[in-house]
Amino acid sequence: MFDKTRTWATVAVACLAWACGGGGDAGAGGEAPAVEEAAEAAPIIDPATAGTIAGVIAFKGEAAAPQAIDMSEEPDCADGYGSEGPLTQSVVVNDGRLANVFVYVKEGLDLTFPAPPDPVLLNQENCRYHPHIVGLQVDQPLQISNSDPLLHNINTQPSLNRGFNISQPQAGMETTRDFGVPEVMIPVKCDVHGWMRAYIGVLDHPYFAVSAADGSFSMPKLPPGGYVVEAWHELYGVQTMDVVVGEGETVEVSFTYDAGMAENAEVPLGEPLVLGH
Amino acid sequence: MGLQTPWLIAVLAALLASRRCWLVMPALLVAGQAAAQDVERGEAIYRTWCQDCHGEDGKGDGPAADRMLPRPRDFVAARYQIRTTASGALPTDDDLMRVMGEGLPGTAMPGWPNLSDDEKRDVIAYIKSLSPFFERETPETLQRSVDPGGGPEAATAGREIFERLECDRCHGRLGRGDGSSAASLEDWRDLPIRATDLTEPWLFNGGMGADAIHTRFLTGLDGTPMPSNQDALEAGIVTEQDLWHLAHYVASLGPEREPDVEEVVRIERRETLPGGPDDEAWESVRAFYVPLIGQIVEAPRQFSPTVDGVWAQGVHNGSELALRIVWDDPSNSPDPEWQEWQDRIAATLYADEVEIPTDPLPDLLFLQFPSEVPEGRERPYFLMGDGRDPVYLWLWHSRRGAVEARAAGLGAAEALDSAGSGLAASAKWEAGQWRVVFRRPLATEEDGALGFAEGVPIPVAFFASDGSSGETGGRGAISSWYYVVLQPPTSRAAFVAPLIAMLVTGGLGMFAVRRAQRSVHSEGRG
Repeated sequence: MFDKTRTWATVAVACLAWACGGGGDAGAGGEAPAVEEAAEAAPIIDPATAGTIAGVIAFKGEAAAPQAIDMSEEPDCADGYGSEGPLTQSVVVNDGRLANVFVYVKEGLDLTFPAPPDPVLLNQENCRYHPHIVGLQVDQPLQISNSDPLLHNINTQPSLNRGFNISQPQAGMETTRDFGVPEVMIPVKCDVHGWMRAYIGVLDHPYFAVSAADGSFSMPKLPPGGYVVEAWHELYGVQTMDVVVGEGETVEVSFTYDAGMAENAEVPLGEPLVLGH
Repeated sequence: MGLQTPWLIAVLAALLASRRCWLVMPALLVAGQAAAQDVERGEAIYRTWCQDCHGEDGKGDGPAADRMLPRPRDFVAARYQIRTTASGALPTDDDLMRVMGEGLPGTAMPGWPNLSDDEKRDVIAYIKSLSPFFERETPETLQRSVDPGGGPEAATAGREIFERLECDRCHGRLGRGDGSSAASLEDWRDLPIRATDLTEPWLFNGGMGADAIHTRFLTGLDGTPMPSNQDALEAGIVTEQDLWHLAHYVASLGPEREPDVEEVVRIERRETLPGGPDDEAWESVRAFYVPLIGQIVEAPRQFSPTVDGVWAQGVHNGSELALRIVWDDPSNSPDPEWQEWQDRIAATLYADEVEIPTDPLPDLLFLQFPSEVPEGRERPYFLMGDGRDPVYLWLWHSRRGAVEARAAGLGAAEALDSAGSGLAASAKWEAGQWRVVFRRPLATEEDGALGFAEGVPIPVAFFASDGSSGETGGRGAISSWYYVVLQPPTSRAAFVAPLIAMLVTGGLGMFAVRRAQRSVHSEGRG
C-alpha cells in the first residue's frame, strides 16, 4: 500500500514538474519559447466569384408618423433640431421605403472571420445616438463617444453578451468596448434621457447592412452559396428569406413591411439563454 | 491519512521546486475551493430558502417575486447589482458571500445567518451553475485607491463633483431620489425602479459608509440605471480624489448609522409653538424616526411602498399641540410628470388586484389615535381600528389639507360631522420631501375626538400613501403603534429639590470638616 502511494507521489511530482516547466531551470532560458499567436487570417474571398445581396426595404400603407420628443429638459440638445424639433427614429419611411432595418446573413456561412481592428462608432450628439442602428463583428471595437457637454450613461442590455452601464459625463469622452458572441440585437439606452435608444447587431461575419434613408442596402463580397437572410426592425419585427447567390451574381432582394405588422411583431433582442444543464 | 501526507509533500515539493509554479498555485487553490463546493447540496438549500423569490429555475420569477420592487435577481441572466467588479463583469464568490451574509438593505433580500459559510458556498456553486456566463469568465475585483479621508472639506469638494457629474438628474438636488429623470427610470427588465434616496443610507443596497459608496461609483449597479464611473476615471474626467470626495459627500447626506427607533415620541413643552413647516424653531426640536412598512394585511396591498419612514416632532404649550411630520416622497402627487410612473407601478405591482388606479391620486398621511385614552396598554386594531374599537384620525390630503375623521377599519374613514376640535395643518413639499405641521387644541368637546392630556402615553400610528405610485384605499405604508407623551409642566419641586440637596450636602461637608479640624487640634494638644 505504502509503495503504491510512493509511486503515485513520484508520478505526481513528475507531472507537476513537467506542468511547471522544469523547476530547476534558471532565468529566461527556462521559459517556454513565446509562441506568437498568429493573427487569425481572414478567409480569402475570391473577387472573381464573389456575389452581392442588395435590395430595398419597402413599406406599404400608412406608416406611423414620427413623434415629437420632449427635450425641454435639455434645451441645448433640442436646439440642434431646428424648428421641426426632435422626432423619434423608430419608423423612418421615405417614399414607401423603410430606413433603419438591420439586414444580415443569418445562416449559410461556414467561414470564420477575424475581428476587424477598425472601431465602429456610436456617437451621442444632441441627445440622440448616431447611428440609430449599429452593426459590428464579434470582438470588433465599438467606440462610444459623447459630443454633448452633459451627462449620458450608456446602458447596454444584451442577453447573450454581458451588459455594461457606464457614465460619460463630459463632451469628448470616448470609451471602447466589444462583444464576444453574436447577438441580434442589443438595446442601448440612456437612463438620463429616456428617449435615447439605439440597437447593436453583433455577428461573427461581415455580411450585414442597415437600410439607408431610401431603404436600400447592400452586402457585397459574398462567396457563392445559399443563405438565409433576415431583416430586423425594432417595431415591425423580423422577416427571413432564402437567397441563392451564384458566382459573381448580384441578387436583388426586397423585403416588404406594412403598418399592420407592428401589432404582432416578433422583435428579437438576443436569444433566450439556454441552461447549461 | 497515509495516502494524503505523501501526496501533500509531493505537491508542495513540486510547487516549491519551480518558480513558474506560482502561476499554477492559485489555479490549484481555486480548483480545490471549487471542489469543496457542492452544487447538489447547494440546490437542496436553494429549494428550501431561495426559490420562492428567485424561482424554480433561478430566473428571479418565484411566486413572491411579482410583488417586489426591485425584482429578485435572475441567476440565469446573472446581472448582479452589488459587486466589486467592473460593470458588465460577474461578481466574485466573496461578493456573493457578502450579500448572502448581510442581505441587501432596502430590498426584500435578507441576510442568512441560519446558513453556515460552507452552506452558503454550496448555494453559490449552485446559482453559478445556472448561468453559462460563469463558465466563460472569471471575475476580478477592481483595483481601488486608498481613502484620503473625509471631513467637511472633503464633503464640500464632493458636492461640486455631485453637480459636475449631474448625479442630481436621478437622485435630486438634495439627494432624495426626486431628480428630473427619476420618474422614467427602468431596470433591465423595463420595470420601474426608484432612484435611491441618498439621505437614507441605511437602505443602500450595497451598504452605507464612504467605502461602500465609493465601490458603487466604480462598479455601477448592473441591471439598474446607475452607471459605473470607472471609464470616466480612466479617461481622466474625474480623479481618484474626486470620487472619494463624492463618496464622503454622499455619506454626509444621511446619518452615520440607522436611526434608533423609540417607542415614545416625546412632545416638548414650550412657551411658544413653532410655526409652519419651514419654521427654523423646528430645528431645535428632537425628531423621532418611525419606520413604515407596506400594508400587506388586507387588499389592496402594497409590498413595495414609496414611503419607508416618517420623522415626528412635537411641541405643546399646555393648551395647544403642534406636530411636524416629515417624510421623503419624490413626487408631489398628483403630478402629471409622474402619471406614467403611476401606471407602470400599477402594472408592475398590482397586476392581480381588482382595483388598478388610473386617476391622478393625492399623497395622504393618516395619524391614528384611539378614540379615548386607553387603560393600560390596550390599543385599537392597528389597521384603522374596528367596529368594537374605532380610531380617531388626522387625515391629511396633499390638495385638501387636514380633517379629523373616524374609522372602524381600513378604507372606512369618515370625516367628523362638525368642525371637529380645531385641527389645522400647513404643508410644504420641497426637493423630494413633505413637511406637514398639524396644530390642535389639547382639549376637545367633540364626540369621537381625543383629548390630549399631559404626561399620559397616548397611542399613535402612522400611515402614508404616495399617490404617484397608485397608493390609495389602504394601499400604502403603515407603522405599528407608538406613543406620544406630552411633557407635563415642570413643578416647583423641580426647582426646590436641587436647592435642598445642595444645602444638605454643603451642611454635611462643613460638619465633617469642622469635626476633622477639632480632632487634629485635640491630638496636637495631647
